[in-house]
Amino acid sequence: MASDQTQLIHGLNAMAAGLVLLTAFGMVATRQVQGVMRFFIVQSAFLAASAFLVGFSRGSIHLVALGAITIGAKVIAIPWVLKRTLPGDLYERREIDQVINIPSSLLLVLLLAIAAEFLVGTLVSSTTDPVVHVNLPIGLAGILIGAYSLIARREAIPQLVGILAMENGAFFAGLSIAPDLPLIAELAIAIDVILIAVVIGVLTRDITRTIGTTEAATMSELKEEPQIWR
Amino acid sequence: MVRTVIYNLIQILFVLGFAPLYAGVLSRFKEIIQSKRGPSIFQPYRDLWKLFHKDEVVSSETTWIYRITPYLVFIVPLFVASLIPVLTDYPLAFAFMGDMLAGGFFLGLGGFFAALAAVDTGNPYGPMGASRTRMVGFLAEPVFMIVFFTVSFVAQSTIPYIVQKKWVENPAAFFSPAHVLLLIAFLMLILAEGGKIPVDNPTGHFELAMIDESKGLEFSGRGAALMKWGGQMKFLVLTCIFLNVLLAPWGLASDVLVGHVLLAIPLILLKILLFTIVLVMIESSLAKLRLFRISEFLGAAFIISVAAMIASIFSSSAA
Repeated sequence: MASDQTQLIHGLNAMAAGLVLLTAFGMVATRQVQGVMRFFIVQSAFLAASAFLVGFSRGSIHLVALGAITIGAKVIAIPWVLKRTLPGDLYERREIDQVINIPSSLLLVLLLAIAAEFLVGTLVSSTTDPVVHVNLPIGLAGILIGAYSLIARREAIPQLVGILAMENGAFFAGLSIAPDLPLIAELAIAIDVILIAVVIGVLTRDITRTIGTTEAATMSELKEEPQIWR
Repeated sequence: MVRTVIYNLIQILFVLGFAPLYAGVLSRFKEIIQSKRGPSIFQPYRDLWKLFHKDEVVSSETTWIYRITPYLVFIVPLFVASLIPVLTDYPLAFAFMGDMLAGGFFLGLGGFFAALAAVDTGNPYGPMGASRTRMVGFLAEPVFMIVFFTVSFVAQSTIPYIVQKKWVENPAAFFSPAHVLLLIAFLMLILAEGGKIPVDNPTGHFELAMIDESKGLEFSGRGAALMKWGGQMKFLVLTCIFLNVLLAPWGLASDVLVGHVLLAIPLILLKILLFTIVLVMIESSLAKLRLFRISEFLGAAFIISVAAMIASIFSSSAA
């Protein structure tokens, strides 16, 4: 009975992992800023679900608390902070002009996911823990995909979401290999992430107010003139 | 042996009989969600009845392809229905004829002849719709292939019955990331192949925007009825594959008792009803994609299916 239960938990964890990977693809595939943000929120929710499940199966209170922190910081606080700091028209509906078009970006991202599975393969084969087998490659894929969208996106907010997605990937991989990381470290990271969101949000708001756009491609002629920063 | 033949016929009759009902329920739900009342769920039966009693007009310019296409489009889903698990979880009398790839090829054959017939008539809208369907078709093809390969890799077989058993007996495989990704990819595929909303608008009556519908514009009377019925059955068959083999492989009859086989009918109808609700929500909350965005949609499906394959290969080589 007990083994059935752990098997079910591992199954559900694997399912959450699949959905984390799927939402990472979704973040690359959507044009709308709002859509990218939504995918990030959903990804964080699955991340928290995975933390709860792994915490439950290993009897680790740290991971359960971690899941709660994730929900508090990433599902509630960061979207709220960004909604407050950013002007509405920036956040709501804007088509993003990308460096690489979406089908090619998806193919690149797929290559990154394959590379992640391949790189972690030898590392993972040293253990038989199913959680590590599932979480480590997908977490690494999440980091790489986040880094990719940081490079390929031109708008400020999707770039910010890229950073946060990298953090999500690191978290997802970390929760399988470091289950007993001190809570204080995790809390520090969570607060750090919120602070990043606040800082970038405020910066983006000021940039849009003075320049009128947040598209990184049009900012190549940005000079160090004092009036631009008021 | 005699029994399995009879059950196989029951399975085919099930697809034959309930396909119009499925289409009717789907359109009724859609109307309800758009706060209209909508036609009765039995309206597709009446449409078919009406079409069967109308005269058929066949252009003298057409060839044999045009004549045989309605019959092919009608028969092909029935063939596939005898290969897949609709009511039972053990292979029935005719299931030895082919695996899932054969089913895919059969459905592709129907689509191929429908496209040929649309070109055959010389109606300006027909070839346009046909070429668009081919576009969707060739974009969907790699996804179909990868999904089938992944499924057969996981289950070590391409027979749908064995695949279905694999998910039932092995919950770890059922919950694996590969399976979740496969489900999403196959759902996107069903939406594309069935001409549902993010790809095609099945209720649109504007010829220039049609993808799937315009192939049947030239058909009248019995031919139109067969084409329509065939299309509905194709969608029901695809839904049965999705539900019974991949998404919810439970509730099928596992022995030869008549009662259990008959009990499987309401269970699969219930599953289809729940799936219909999901489908209606998808169709009502999304807008139809522009034609050249379809490649993005199916590209995403392809990426998801390849990710599923990679995940299954790596997880099984590690385990």
